[in-house]
Amino acid sequence: MNAVLHHKGVLWGFRTTLLLYMLLLIILPIAGIYVQSLSGGLGVLVESLTEPLAWQSVWLTIRLAFMAAVINVAVGTVSAWVLHRYSFPGRTLLNSLVDLPFALPTAVGGLMILLLLGPNSWVGQLADSMGLRIVFAEPAIVVAMVFVTFPFVIRAVQPLLEEADRSQEEAAHTLGASKWRTFFQVLLPQMRPGIISGGMLAFSRALAEFGAVVLVAGNIPGKTLIASVYIFGEIESDNPQGAAAVSVILLTLSFLILWLINTLQAREGRS
Amino acid sequence: MTSRPPRISRTGKSLIGFTYMLFIVLLLVPLLQIVFGAGKQGMGSFTQSLLRPEALHAMWMTFSVVVVVTLLNTFFGILTAIVIVRGDWLGRRVRQLMNSIIDLPFAVSPVIGGFMIVLLLGPHTVLGAFLAKVGMPVVYAFPGMVLATLFVTFPLMVREVVPVLQEIGTQQEEAASLLGAYSWTTFWKVTWPSIRWGVTYGVVLTIARSLGEFGAVLVVSGNIINKTQTMTTLVYQDVDNFNIAAANSVSLVLAVGSVTLLLLMEWAKKRKGVQADAH
Repeated sequence: MNAVLHHKGVLWGFRTTLLLYMLLLIILPIAGIYVQSLSGGLGVLVESLTEPLAWQSVWLTIRLAFMAAVINVAVGTVSAWVLHRYSFPGRTLLNSLVDLPFALPTAVGGLMILLLLGPNSWVGQLADSMGLRIVFAEPAIVVAMVFVTFPFVIRAVQPLLEEADRSQEEAAHTLGASKWRTFFQVLLPQMRPGIISGGMLAFSRALAEFGAVVLVAGNIPGKTLIASVYIFGEIESDNPQGAAAVSVILLTLSFLILWLINTLQAREGRS
Repeated sequence: MTSRPPRISRTGKSLIGFTYMLFIVLLLVPLLQIVFGAGKQGMGSFTQSLLRPEALHAMWMTFSVVVVVTLLNTFFGILTAIVIVRGDWLGRRVRQLMNSIIDLPFAVSPVIGGFMIVLLLGPHTVLGAFLAKVGMPVVYAFPGMVLATLFVTFPLMVREVVPVLQEIGTQQEEAASLLGAYSWTTFWKVTWPSIRWGVTYGVVLTIARSLGEFGAVLVVSGNIINKTQTMTTLVYQDVDNFNIAAANSVSLVLAVGSVTLLLLMEWAKKRKGVQADAH
């Protein structure tokens, strides 16, 4: 067995297989989207993107994903801090629950929101009587995005808090700084890298979300049709050109965010 | 951790209250909703929805995809991680590039992930038409669903194993090979025990992700009933057909699966932590 494994040809075959695997599974497909979007020339790409329904869906996605990320930054930072700082009954349980949205299929997440906030639920009926629409409207999309991206900020902030030096916080307290001043001048800077990278990850994931949103959005073109659902619709109606054009926008945006996170993390690591 | 204040201030109490509320409203209530929703329709209707031929077939499809994807992703994931950390035959820059490429699937919307495969191997393409003729169609068939899920899960295993390999360093492995052990033996006797819990965690993550994958599979599979339909795409179709009760039943099975996996994740994470401390 060892002799076989050490044979040059086998080793070479192994390495080639691995590189080919990555090339075929990841690089080629991504390149394929870009090629497809430009296959009809730049003019066709621009035309596909200036289609009102296309850019409206992209803009709606960016807007709602940003809202979801901001909400997650706020509640995620507080939750991470509470889970780290206080010991209270049920803390371990809550900490395990954080990962639930990662473990749960997004379609199930969507169905949950539909059952909970839909027209047949008491929340939905209450909102209806007040003239508000939750499901099949923007609020449900934001809720779905918040649910799916909930773990990101918490999981990015927690390790920083574990590492953080409690003595700084205590020194601030001893020197007479108020609780809020300690929070803003000592704790927040400690958590900042996690808040930023977690928030950006949440944003990028919310941009890409499909499963949870498609079930609750109602997918009304120009109103509640988000980009990934638009892409799905274009594929279904056999218009790969239109699907590729919007895909390229989403992909480029996500790659930029990924690159930004990596650059920021590299900088944090160096300083 | 040890220097916790014995008394919690009023601000602290309200913050804890807020966190509790948040977790209950955002995570626990929706989860229980699925359980009670299925309970309300009664056991008979619950089993009836699950025993529909399309539901049984969808379960079988999901199971097959999970098994095949987990095996392939574990194998290639460990291999890729070893190459990234230890592959001196590739330049440092190439390995750095590989390391960044690994994360790309995280940034790609699942729908786009499925779309890519349709573009490359769909029935309209040369390769796709050829494969269909040979009797192995990829798109709207099982191989495509596996490919799409592999794409989505690719980073999970690599990301678990790379940091462990980086941390343990090469000393032990070098000692082993100096003592005359060949690389295969070195792997099993030296490398494997260190990465074991990282791999376990990666496997659990891969199972969870492939169990729940929806967007990519929906696009690639075409969601053909009794043929390429999986549990998640069946939920989608049931909701689309306003058969909420059936969707609820299938979702409950999926949710029980994910919660079990979540518990396994916690357990693997703890073991991983214990092992990391020992080093």
